[in-house]
Amino acid sequence: MRWGNLLKVALILLLAAGVTFAAFFRVPAVPWLPLTQDISLGLDLQGGVHVVLEAVDTEEMKATPDAVRRAMGMLEERINQFGVTEPLLQQQGASRIIVEIAGVNDPEQVVNDLIRPAHLEFKTEDGETVLTGADLADAREQYDPATMQAVVNLTWSAEGAKVFADVTTEHVGRTLGIYLDGQLLQNPVIKQPILDGKAVITGYESLEEAHRIAVLLRSGALPVKLEVMEKRTVGPQLGADSLARSVNAGIIGFGAILLFMLAYYRLPGLVAAFSLSVYGVLVLLILAAFNATLTLAGIFGFLLSLGIAIDANIIIFERLKEELRTGRSLRSAVDAGFKRAFVTILDANVTTLIAAAILFAFLPIAYKGFALTLGIGILTSMFTGLVLTRWMLQLIAGSGLANSPRLYRA
Amino acid sequence: MFFHFVKPRKYWYLISLLIIIPGIISLLFRGLNLGIDFTGGSLIEVEFQREVTVQEVRTVLAEYGLERSVIQLSGDRQVLLRTPVITQEQNSALVKALDEQLGGHTVLRNDAVGPVIGKELTQRAILALVIASVAMVVYITWRFEFRQGIAAVVALLHDALVTLSLFSLFWLPVDSAFVAAILTVLGYSINATIVIFDRIRETRKTAKKTEPLEDIIHRCLWQTLARSVNTALTVLFMLVALYFLGGTTLKAFVLALIIGITSGTYSSIFISSQVWLDLSNKLPKTKRPASAEA
Repeated sequence: MRWGNLLKVALILLLAAGVTFAAFFRVPAVPWLPLTQDISLGLDLQGGVHVVLEAVDTEEMKATPDAVRRAMGMLEERINQFGVTEPLLQQQGASRIIVEIAGVNDPEQVVNDLIRPAHLEFKTEDGETVLTGADLADAREQYDPATMQAVVNLTWSAEGAKVFADVTTEHVGRTLGIYLDGQLLQNPVIKQPILDGKAVITGYESLEEAHRIAVLLRSGALPVKLEVMEKRTVGPQLGADSLARSVNAGIIGFGAILLFMLAYYRLPGLVAAFSLSVYGVLVLLILAAFNATLTLAGIFGFLLSLGIAIDANIIIFERLKEELRTGRSLRSAVDAGFKRAFVTILDANVTTLIAAAILFAFLPIAYKGFALTLGIGILTSMFTGLVLTRWMLQLIAGSGLANSPRLYRA
Repeated sequence: MFFHFVKPRKYWYLISLLIIIPGIISLLFRGLNLGIDFTGGSLIEVEFQREVTVQEVRTVLAEYGLERSVIQLSGDRQVLLRTPVITQEQNSALVKALDEQLGGHTVLRNDAVGPVIGKELTQRAILALVIASVAMVVYITWRFEFRQGIAAVVALLHDALVTLSLFSLFWLPVDSAFVAAILTVLGYSINATIVIFDRIRETRKTAKKTEPLEDIIHRCLWQTLARSVNTALTVLFMLVALYFLGGTTLKAFVLALIIGITSGTYSSIFISSQVWLDLSNKLPKTKRPASAEA
C-alpha cells in the first residue's frame, strides 16, 4: 500500500518527464515532435507587418461595401504574390481592412505594395512594357451608337499619346496586352495606327462590364483608395531578439519561482514545482492544439500566468499548514485543506477569468493573444492545482513515508 | 497584539492618498506621456551600420520638416524616432533617406498610428474598465454581498489610480500595452481581494457574535498574509526577470504590471476589507441572515 502509492508518484513523475522531453526536444524519426514547433510565432517574433487600412472616399471612387469587398479580393491577390504562409486578411466594420503578414524580410515594402493604387501595364506581344497607368489620362465606358456595343474610351496624356502613336504604328494587326498587377486584363488587337491619343476598346458583354474595366483602368487595380490607419512592422532582427530575450527571462523567472517554492514550502513546494512544470507543458499543448499564434505579448501573458498559476498551490499549502497545526493527521489535513481551498480558488479565479474575457473582447487585436493565454492559463492552473497537486499530496500522505510536519513547515 | 491591520486604517488610506492626490494633480495639469497609440504618429526604430549622432539624424529629418521629432539614441547605433502623424509615403521616404544619407541601416520596427485609432483605444479602455467593474460587483454581490463588491471595486480603482499616478508623476510612456496592463492588474487585484473576503465569509460563520468585525477582519488578514505575500512574490519574480532581461519593446508594460500588482497586494491587505468595514458601519444592511450577524 505505502510503496504502491510511492510507485504511483514515481510513475506520474516519469510520465510527465517523458511528455516534457517530447514537448521540448527533437526526437529522431517522429516528425510531429517537438510540440513547440507546432506553435506558430507571431509577426512580432519572426518579423512581419500588421496594418489596418481604411477605404476612403475620393471624387473618383466611393468606398461602397462592394468596392471594399473587391479591394479585399485584390489585396488577397497581392498578398499571394508575396509567397508567405498564413496571412491574415480581415474586414473590420464597414470600411476597414486588417492585414497581417509574418515572415517577410522587408515589411515596409509590403505595406507600400499593398496600398499601391495600381500597377497597370500595357505590353506588346513580345512582352515589352510600353505604357503604364501613369500615361493614361482617362478611361470611360460608353454605348457605341453605331454598333450598339459597350466600349471603353481611353484618353492618353500628352506624353502617352506620342508613345501610343508610335506603338500602334509599329504594331498594327498585333495585340496590346493590358496587365493589372501582372495579370492579363484584356488583350485588344491594334486595328490601325492611332495618332490623336484616343483609343477605343471593344468586345464587352454589357455596359456594366465596360464600366468596371473603365474604373479599374482609371484607378488602377484597387477599386477604392486605401489609407494606412495603423501600421506595426517588426524587422526579423528585432523579432528574433525579442524571442530570445523573453525565453531567457522566462527561464530565470521560472527558476526563481521554483527555488522560492522549494525553500518556503519544502515537500509541498517540490510537488508545486512539478505541478507548475506540467502546467507549462499543458498550456503550450493547448496553444498548439488551437493553432494559436504566439506573440510577444502572448509569451509575456504565459510567463505571467506561471506566477499566477502557483497561487492555487500556495492557497492549498497555507490551508494545509493551518490544518496540520490544529493537530490533524496528514491525511485528514490534506483532505480538509483542499475542501476549504476549493471555494476560495473558484471564486478568486472566476473574477480573474471575467477580467481576461473583457480584455479579450475590448483590446486591439495585438493583445488578444495576451488575454487568451491568460484565460487558458487560469483554467489550466485550476486543473493542475486542484487535481494534480491534490492527487500527489494524497498519494504522498497515503504512503505514510513523509509524515513529519517539518517537511510541511507546519 | 501591537500591530493591527484594521484599527489604524486611516493611516493606510493616507499612505495611498500620498501617492494618489499628487498623482491626480499631475494627471489634471500635465496628463500622461501618451505614446503614438493614443496621439497618432510614427515610431521608428533603426539600427545604423555606423555610429550616428542625434544632430545627423535631425538634419535628415529637417528635410521633411520633422526636425522637432523626438530622437533617442540607445547604444551608439540604435535610434528611436517619434514623429507626428505623417502619411505612409512620407514615412517610407524618411526611412529611405536615413538609410541612404547615414550609411545604411536595418529597420527594427516601424509603427504608425492614425489619429482616429487613439481615440477609439481610449474609449474602448474606459468602456472595458466600466464593464469589468460592473461585472465584478455583480459577481461579488452574488457570491458575497453588495458592499463587498463596492469595496473590491474601490480597491481596483485605487490600483488603477496608483499606477496612473506614478506613470504621470514620473512621466513614463503610456501605450496600448498599458491598457492591457491595467486590466490585468484589475484581474489580479480582484483575485487577491476575493481570497480575503472568502476567508472573512468563512470565519464569520464560526466566530463569536460578540467579536467585533474589525477583529475578525484583522484575524483573517493575518491568516491570509502568507498567501498574499507569497503569490505577489512569485508573480514579481517573473515580472522583474522580464523587466531586466525581456527586451525593450514591452518594458513599460512590465513596469505598469509591477507597480499595479504591488499596489494590488497592498490594497487587498490594507484597503478593501477596511473600506468594506467602513461601508458596513455607515450603510447598515437591510437583509442579512441572522447567523452571519457580527
